Amino acid sequence: MDHLDRLENQSIYIIREAFTKIERLAMLWSVGKDSQTIIWLARKAFFGHVPFPCVFMETSYDMPELIELRDKLTKEWKLNLIIARNDEALAQGMNHKLGRVVCCSALLKENLKKTVEKHNFGGLIVGVRRDEDPTRAKERYFSPRDKNMEWNVEDQPPELWDQFNTDMAGGTHLRVHPLLHWTEMNIWEYAEREKIPNVPLYFAKGGKRYRSLGCVPCTYSIDSHADTYDKIREELRTTKKSERSVRAQDQESEDAFEKLRRDGYM
Amino acid sequence: MTQPSEQLKIVIVGHVDHGKSTLVGRLFYDTGSLPDGKYEKIKASCEHRGMPFEWAFLMDGLQAERDQNITIETAQIWFRTPKRQYVIIDAPGHKEFLKNMVTGAANAQAALLLIDANEGVQEQSRRHGFLLSLLGVKQVAVVVNKMDLKGYSQATFAAIEKEYRAFLTQLGVTPKLFIPIAAYHGENIAKKSTQMPWYTGPTVLEALDQFEIAPPDANLPLRFAIQDVYRFDHRRILAGRIEAGTIKVGDTILFSPRNKISHVKSIEAWPGEGRQSASAGESIGITLAEQIFVERGQIGSHEDHAPIEADVFKAKLFWLGRQNLEVGRRVKLKLTSTEVECHIQSIEKIIDASTLAEKNQNFVARNDVAEITVRTKSPIALDNYDRIVPTGRFVIVDKHMVAGGGVISKGEYPDRREILSGVKSQNIFWSKGKIDREAREKRNKHKGAIIWLTGLSGAGKSTIATDLERELFTMGLHTYILDGDNIRHGLSANLGFSPEDRQENIRRVGEVAKLLMDAGVLVITAFISPYRDDRRLARSLVDDNDFIEVYVNAPVEVCEQRDPKGLYKKARAGQIQNFTGISAPYEAPEKPEVEVRTDTQSAAECVAQIIDYLKVAHIAQDFTI
Repeated sequence: MDHLDRLENQSIYIIREAFTKIERLAMLWSVGKDSQTIIWLARKAFFGHVPFPCVFMETSYDMPELIELRDKLTKEWKLNLIIARNDEALAQGMNHKLGRVVCCSALLKENLKKTVEKHNFGGLIVGVRRDEDPTRAKERYFSPRDKNMEWNVEDQPPELWDQFNTDMAGGTHLRVHPLLHWTEMNIWEYAEREKIPNVPLYFAKGGKRYRSLGCVPCTYSIDSHADTYDKIREELRTTKKSERSVRAQDQESEDAFEKLRRDGYM
Repeated sequence: MTQPSEQLKIVIVGHVDHGKSTLVGRLFYDTGSLPDGKYEKIKASCEHRGMPFEWAFLMDGLQAERDQNITIETAQIWFRTPKRQYVIIDAPGHKEFLKNMVTGAANAQAALLLIDANEGVQEQSRRHGFLLSLLGVKQVAVVVNKMDLKGYSQATFAAIEKEYRAFLTQLGVTPKLFIPIAAYHGENIAKKSTQMPWYTGPTVLEALDQFEIAPPDANLPLRFAIQDVYRFDHRRILAGRIEAGTIKVGDTILFSPRNKISHVKSIEAWPGEGRQSASAGESIGITLAEQIFVERGQIGSHEDHAPIEADVFKAKLFWLGRQNLEVGRRVKLKLTSTEVECHIQSIEKIIDASTLAEKNQNFVARNDVAEITVRTKSPIALDNYDRIVPTGRFVIVDKHMVAGGGVISKGEYPDRREILSGVKSQNIFWSKGKIDREAREKRNKHKGAIIWLTGLSGAGKSTIATDLERELFTMGLHTYILDGDNIRHGLSANLGFSPEDRQENIRRVGEVAKLLMDAGVLVITAFISPYRDDRRLARSLVDDNDFIEVYVNAPVEVCEQRDPKGLYKKARAGQIQNFTGISAPYEAPEKPEVEVRTDTQSAAECVAQIIDYLKVAHIAQDFTI
């Protein structure tokens, strides 16, 4: 077993625990590199099937390449796709110029809250990793959210020996993080080994590539010539820039991202 | 070509303010692992707050922590040496955050335990040392920090080493290394300290590179913990993780508890072909050659190296719950995928984890470590912790939360397999008599099958069962009805109506139905069977095609109005507890083979609909009504 096998087996164990333990489970599927990894792991866990709905949070500012891949894979992999949109906010003209955090709040956070309520999801599989950001480093594999979607980070129950807190008090739902122990490097090593389909935006073209994908107006590409898996890994080995530094909404204040997450952001 | 990134998870523990976060910040700085601008950001943040530079801010990602200057949660971050990548789990030192230290340490492969040279061995230094030994973290280096405050004195270092080594020895732990450092100044972190020439051992980074990554043991006896049973397609796959040992296609597997035996038909995989064997640490799925009832919580092993089956055992428990754990109080125990109700039968000893002194009390309080005897409600499969780790440890769930962990002590447990399961573990191969099911079915000219009617009390299950049987019998088919009258009064006379008892009742009905089916009979069962899981359990005993779930559907209002036995009235009056539809849930089938509506269809229509299905499903196609 090499380190990728270890990561894979651990994540499959977590996804299976979530499926067994959580009624009305769904996964958040952004079609980005992390959620592509999860959906691949789910197909491994369930022998080719994805036995829960895949929720895509549509903001209308989405990258067209992601939508294209989403629709292609939904057909090919026979996925149960749920498209979630905050049409009310969009009708009122919500966009990033009203404030990036305000916009994220409405089109992602509120949208998510409404979607969870509408479908009464008992749990959501989310592709966050500990190495993305210090606030994500504090996550557990199974993390309860109260009915206002809030995360009580100071008082989380212990999680040891792969025994997860799957019993919930009423009104809570669980966030499940099967990739918590993966790094950005691991994601690319695994994507190459497994030949996982990803949007071409991650590979450099004309001296630019995307490292992390969000909405069109708030995601920047980086200067890069990494147009192969090998070159991406080499770039990650030497970079001193953090992955989310290309996401404009994080840079608004010292703790912008942290506040979004406490209130139920992914 | 880049090297794959090998990872080692380490935890840094010790008393509050002994410098854990500082050490981490320094390790990052010295290995050149800090992201661009991070050092400057921390510097600006410190100046903004009017304080000297603070390495700890690197780890303390959360606003609340920056204000209080303590680490609340177990953050994890990464850095690398030329040898490999390290995941550092920064465990907090505050006593009230012990549950976070445990979370961090339980997930680590090695530990650095920090002691402040100025303050010496403190309460949490001892407690953390004790917990590391209980959590099974065997690779430990003790790091004596802030040597600069003691003038880099060799005597101070030697005294602390002597005191702490003596403490650890009582626990049976032999620390690999003691390292004197000054984290703030980088002494003995990445490079040898010129201030302490008397120390000739490794630096912290060298010590880290000496730690080893222990793979899960593929040579131990097989322990395959069942997580779930999948039927997404024609396959019935037992999914789970191999906790120890190796499994191969063709192996005879004993499932404990319950003592059922079958053979591994295949090890399934996606994408690609199945495999011939799998080993410890792998999350796999297998199919069996003989269909037997297996469910989540059972452990597959080879017959000659079976786990212990017991309902009483001794353990060492650490308790993190807010509420004390008293003798006799019922809580939930989780061991791999097994979940069972349990209580403490007796407390042998309660130990103060920081002094190792014994406490005299008949309950286990928060942060206590106790030697206890546990009694589980039903027998479970387990091992001694020193023999097989994953099946030798458990957690206790109290009020929806993991509140403690335990390791099963050494000791002789009589194998209670025969007494508890009521079956001998040997010679329980399903014996195939000379006349098999196929032969019977050929003579009967129809297949055996289970027609499982489920629905609310008063929905019309008994009526439909009776009418259906009469029709089938008249057609010349071999039939039999299992219902409350012939099961509850005899076979299940000792069971009540709690969810557990209902499950056991359904299991018994399922097993009897399977035997009758094997005898070539069309078995009709008429039970409320309100729980989806219970029905799935009954279905899992046989091949998917042999189980016909019929949802006898009528709204609860209609059933209550009919109330043929006056039961709803009694339930409303509170005279019957756990009454389905009133005070207990009914989980409607998601995909029944047949659904009949007794509020809109006549009994004859419902019966015809079921018989139509039997024909379509090629169970009784040669018969005409």
